[in-house]
Amino acid sequence: MSVWNRRKEEEFTTRPVSGPPAPSELAKEGIPMSTLPGRNSESHHETARTAVLGKSVIVKGQIFSREDLTIDGEVEGTVELQEHRLTVGPNGKVRASVKARELVVLGTIHGNVETTDKIDIRKEAKLVGDIKTARIVIEDGAYFKGNIDIVRAETPRAAAPQPKPPAVATAPAATSSPSAAASSASPVLAAGAGEAKR
Amino acid sequence: MAILDLAGANQSTVSFITNYGHRLYSDDFLLQLDHCFGQGDFYENQTNPRAIETFLRSALDFPDEAFDGALVWDVLEYLSPGLLAMVVERLRAMLKPGSSLLAVFHNEERAETVPSYSFRIHGHRTIQLASRGRRQPAQFFNNRSLEKLFQDFQSVKFFLTRDHLREVIVRR
Repeated sequence: MSVWNRRKEEEFTTRPVSGPPAPSELAKEGIPMSTLPGRNSESHHETARTAVLGKSVIVKGQIFSREDLTIDGEVEGTVELQEHRLTVGPNGKVRASVKARELVVLGTIHGNVETTDKIDIRKEAKLVGDIKTARIVIEDGAYFKGNIDIVRAETPRAAAPQPKPPAVATAPAATSSPSAAASSASPVLAAGAGEAKR
Repeated sequence: MAILDLAGANQSTVSFITNYGHRLYSDDFLLQLDHCFGQGDFYENQTNPRAIETFLRSALDFPDEAFDGALVWDVLEYLSPGLLAMVVERLRAMLKPGSSLLAVFHNEERAETVPSYSFRIHGHRTIQLASRGRRQPAQFFNNRSLEKLFQDFQSVKFFLTRDHLREVIVRR
């Protein structure tokens, strides 16, 4: 796992590739102990937001990340980056269920995918599995096999049962009630409303 | 609603269907055909029981009555008669009663090859046909043979369209 937090190679050419980052290493990160103390601590702050699994790396198991992650190697298991972006690079092969805020696929994914924001399947990417997302972009040349379930912003639906309460809730309910009424009246009307927004 | 689209995923169809709040199941049926039967004689391979089983399992492995509609487009033209009957029966089982299936057949009786398309829905009135080269169809379909093909369905309607295409809407 030495590849965790490995950034662009040019930034790390002088950094020794040591053993796996033990949990204690996280605590050490604030202390400039490497060969390039000053630069290293700076670059940690700048680039620690993207971790990279290089193309020669194979991971079997669960991945949880609190930063953006790029996978260019092979992963089998589960990948979870609730608030962050996952990029599967051109060499990346992921056999896993994926949860992320945003997903960009340039390589291959076999598994169900759930994002809260957006999925971007690029040309020559391959995704086999069911998708649940708010938005999706599929480039020509991409291969996708599976279900696409677009999850709309929940505010109108959450507000749907609320029109009954009186005056106190009028201000927020007023903005959401027309579309909420449409969605409860008929699916076609709801769809029309959604389309009009776009 | 759950819609099956066999044209392969493309942005415009995905947007069109999902903007209505429907769920879309997308697959590239022709790619699956090529994958299973493409090496050697395409139509001869479609008589191989093991290859057929693999194909049906990978392309049409859905529960009965899973879909409210199916966009089959022109893929049925590239199935040998035996496999075609199996696929149509499978499609019928996958559709809910009362739901519709849209298929397209070329109208040129003597053509050795016909243009193959990726069909993309651009709006209520517009379908874009993106070329996928030419292919040899397994057989030619006239109205009578289409009626026979879909005889287990409730109704079959034909519409002649541009580009020598016959649009067929079948009700389960």
